[in-house]
Amino acid sequence: MNRQTRPAEFGGSIPADTFTGNRALDIEEALVFEIGRPEVTGVDIETPADFSPRLGLLERKPGIGLPGLSEPEALRHYVRLSRKNYGIDTGMFPLGSCTMKHNPRLNEKMARLPGFADIHPLQPLSTVPGALALLAELGHWLRELTGAAAVALSPKAGAHGELCGLMAIKAALAARGEARSIVLVPESAHGTNPASAALLGYRVEAVPARSDGTVDAAEVEKHLSAEVAAIMLTNPNTCGLFERDVVAIAEAVHRAGAFFYADGANFNAIAGKSRPGDLGIDAMHLNLHKTFSTPHGGGGPGSGPVVFSAALAPFAPVPYLVCDAGGLRYVEHAGEAEPGAEPFGRLTAFHGQMGMFVRAMSYMLAHGGDGMRQASEDAVLNANYVRAGLQDLMSLPFGERACMHEVLFDDRWLEGCGITTLDFAKAMIDEGYHPMTVYFPLVVHGAMLIEPTESESKASLDLFIATLRDLAMAAKRGEKARFVNAPRHAPRGRLDETRAARRPVLRWTNPPPQLNEQ
Amino acid sequence: MADVRYTKDHEWIRLDGDVGVVGITTYAQSQLGDVVYVELPAVGKRLEQGVEAAVVESVKAASEVYSPAAGEVVAVNDALEAAPAMVNEDAEGKGWFLKLKLSDPKQLGALMSAEEYRRYVETIA
Amino acid sequence: MRYLPLTPEDRTEMLSRVGVRHIDDLFADVPAATLRAPDLPPGKSELEVERTLAQMAARNMAAGSVPFFIGCGAYRHHIPASVDHLIQRSEFLTSYTPYQPEIAQGTLQTLFEFQTQVAMLTGMEVANASMYDGSTAAAEAVLMAHRITKRRKAVLAGNLHPHYRATIATVSAMAGDEVVALQPHPAGAGQHFEIDAETSCVVVQFPDFYGHLTDLRPIAEQARAAVALGLLVPPGECGADIVVAEGQSLGNPLGFGGPYVGLFASRQKFVRQMPGRLAGATMDAAGRRGFVLTLSAREQHIRREKATSNICTSAGLCALAFSIHLSLLGEAGLTRLARLNHAHAVELADKLAAVPGVAVRNGHFFNEFTIRVPGSAAAVIEALARKGVLGGVPVSRLEPRRPELADLIVVAATETTTAADISAYAAALREVLR
Repeated sequence: MNRQTRPAEFGGSIPADTFTGNRALDIEEALVFEIGRPEVTGVDIETPADFSPRLGLLERKPGIGLPGLSEPEALRHYVRLSRKNYGIDTGMFPLGSCTMKHNPRLNEKMARLPGFADIHPLQPLSTVPGALALLAELGHWLRELTGAAAVALSPKAGAHGELCGLMAIKAALAARGEARSIVLVPESAHGTNPASAALLGYRVEAVPARSDGTVDAAEVEKHLSAEVAAIMLTNPNTCGLFERDVVAIAEAVHRAGAFFYADGANFNAIAGKSRPGDLGIDAMHLNLHKTFSTPHGGGGPGSGPVVFSAALAPFAPVPYLVCDAGGLRYVEHAGEAEPGAEPFGRLTAFHGQMGMFVRAMSYMLAHGGDGMRQASEDAVLNANYVRAGLQDLMSLPFGERACMHEVLFDDRWLEGCGITTLDFAKAMIDEGYHPMTVYFPLVVHGAMLIEPTESESKASLDLFIATLRDLAMAAKRGEKARFVNAPRHAPRGRLDETRAARRPVLRWTNPPPQLNEQ
Repeated sequence: MADVRYTKDHEWIRLDGDVGVVGITTYAQSQLGDVVYVELPAVGKRLEQGVEAAVVESVKAASEVYSPAAGEVVAVNDALEAAPAMVNEDAEGKGWFLKLKLSDPKQLGALMSAEEYRRYVETIA
Repeated sequence: MRYLPLTPEDRTEMLSRVGVRHIDDLFADVPAATLRAPDLPPGKSELEVERTLAQMAARNMAAGSVPFFIGCGAYRHHIPASVDHLIQRSEFLTSYTPYQPEIAQGTLQTLFEFQTQVAMLTGMEVANASMYDGSTAAAEAVLMAHRITKRRKAVLAGNLHPHYRATIATVSAMAGDEVVALQPHPAGAGQHFEIDAETSCVVVQFPDFYGHLTDLRPIAEQARAAVALGLLVPPGECGADIVVAEGQSLGNPLGFGGPYVGLFASRQKFVRQMPGRLAGATMDAAGRRGFVLTLSAREQHIRREKATSNICTSAGLCALAFSIHLSLLGEAGLTRLARLNHAHAVELADKLAAVPGVAVRNGHFFNEFTIRVPGSAAAVIEALARKGVLGGVPVSRLEPRRPELADLIVVAATETTTAADISAYAAALREVLR
């Protein structure tokens, strides 16, 4: 019997409808620690000629216990595991707020060019003019799409970008001799917004939305004072709606001497259509893994460049590029900054997510300005098409109005069915779909946030709508078994998250941890 | 039977001499779902009435537990670390959180009686 | 546009189904004055994009095309072909954060394996599912130490990577915490740490920025190159409470600085103060072992302003590359790899020390050490680059305000360094210094 198909050695059991526990292409796969051995290796490494080590007394004792796999064993292990994942290439992945759009493989090929992948962040700048040119070109496109004065490329992800933007705001206020203490965040915001503000010592004040799901400029005005440093607003917001008061909000915020931070997570609805800089924002991060199609990779790596208005541009962190008459100049230390610039510091060791920059650039060059606009329009059209196809069966929390790139339903329509939003989502898995975002935003009960993206064809959307209609009608007919026992056809049934959190087993150990113990 | 008083934030406090035993109500645990962890204060910590005393985590939520009265923490229920499920099983008994040496036992007068709390829960349920 | 499936006819039909006449009717809430086309060129074919980007890439001096000796927190190692193949499997590349665990067991099991590998390597009890990179992980480690100790002062060793120091100092300054950065001491002697009642942590790098191996046992904390851990005493055994490292060395290319993968490990008792994601084992409804993201009540999407960190992503695919590479190596391969790195560095140190005017500053080192040259190290490195040798990092690139360090170069060797590379470097250096 193949070692790799043995039932798992710790915890759980494999139902015995087959000898191995496998079901044709769905093959059970043990942990690398259960199949590998420390003496096995899948990499042949030459033995150096005799030499005298210079490690001092700090040489490691053997016996780490790290298992190795030969190359064929490794390929099989990871290929089998990969088959237990749902990806964009598998099917529709309408995860609201996450923008699971097509990831062009050209991007992958470009990022692997040795001139991009095989250059060191600290090799002499004179040997990487092409890398600096790419940073300059990317910066130009991002500034043009957003109508911003400057861009900081180094933030490693969206939340890191939020820190970057808020730090620039803090530095700009300090330069005015002010230390304001409050950041305003609407209740529907991503959790990263209040977390970022709190990390910098700000008190977070929630701004309620009005009944149509958007923020009222008059409500913002009520919260503004000389203590407010900034407002953080996602636009389009997490309910999939454009903040129609955005210009009035920006004006009010600026009148109060505060800054306007925009969470750019949903920029993909308006990229190429409308420039946030024209709407009055001072800083905004761009998730290259959302709007600009860099792969999500099972949760990273992201990339979160931040664009700045002229008011915040002087405070952008190092490193950054200056493009002037003398050509490109790369500023790596605050002391090298041009007159008037006061970089607030450094966010990471090197230049940011270069691999993601190349992919995003490849995406933008392929689309061009016109294609970016078309992509945004298609994303919005697709979301509205889904809304139109489902709104008679499912409930819209803010009425039957147009949405942007994602449509938000609540769970009022499930009332009395004995079926929750989670059950509905799990039943979608059995139908071959990745569920939508559920229970976010928090302002809506039992939220279901659907973002089809521009990558879906009309036929794909038609089948999706038909499937959700069938599920919705089954739910209303009270066919509970189809929901509460779902998913029935996935590699695993519902997983016990309570057990995982009460007795955390966060690593393999020898002897193996006991999962069965209560 | 010792007098138990209740807060609008769903904490209970049972007076035992000048020490109050504090926990969350059966209704509160039913709203939280499976409790997976309880973060308790250090013994010796002084708490004002209404400040955060503990945090109770379920799988998908974390909720603050506020001190029903001012006082010094004289004991915490260490057993919850290994068995957080006790909060679900016996919220108003073995699932207690901490004991407070009250600075002003009269503060409890402003809290709800069992009957008042029962009616309060009916209004919000 | 080849990435967009909708045809003009589809769009017309769909608009009518939605009940509007024109696409801009769906953008009615956007201030009309701002609806305008960006001033950007039109789209390109795949061939044209490839041509444009390949031309840019060709202007850079790729590490693999020249004798190459640069380290300082990013290292050129050989990546087995199967690593890059596997991370491009659609189901790894195009999946998301495993919020629906029933259809994300591939990602979740690999994260669980990654966490275990990191914990074993560092000699720690638990590790998270990765951070952005080593430097941001270091800044998060300081914040975590502040949470645990309820103190707000960090003391940074003088030989901490200057950019890590700057990254920590920026976050600390902005968060209102105190940082005491000690003076660099490139000769590598031990350093005295002033630890008072306000000090929450001491941050020490191992091997340090200048390549020195200082015994951490008297102090505690922090590592750098993951490959070094194959040969050196793990920080966990030296009494560290939090260990962070840059994991780029395994599975990930130099890539001009990113994306990389931050390793973050700690002790079991501090797990609820850790930032970042954690995968854990559990069982499904049928009693089968499975994995989920767990202890998420620490995180921003639940705890919001009270979260342990604002972090929302990990370095997923980079962590996977790290884990696959390490599974291929195993302990036997990793030990051999580390030994080969060290052997090449020893050979390099001996060859460079023989160049007139050059002094090696390290008695002990792993795969990286510091040399002193007469005059400006930056000028020497530029001159070497003109001769087609990437000879290391002049310390002045990272420490421009310390003229006393201006004659130092940090030099690294790995398994990719050949004897011919080393001879070419020594010869070029001899000429440059003549």
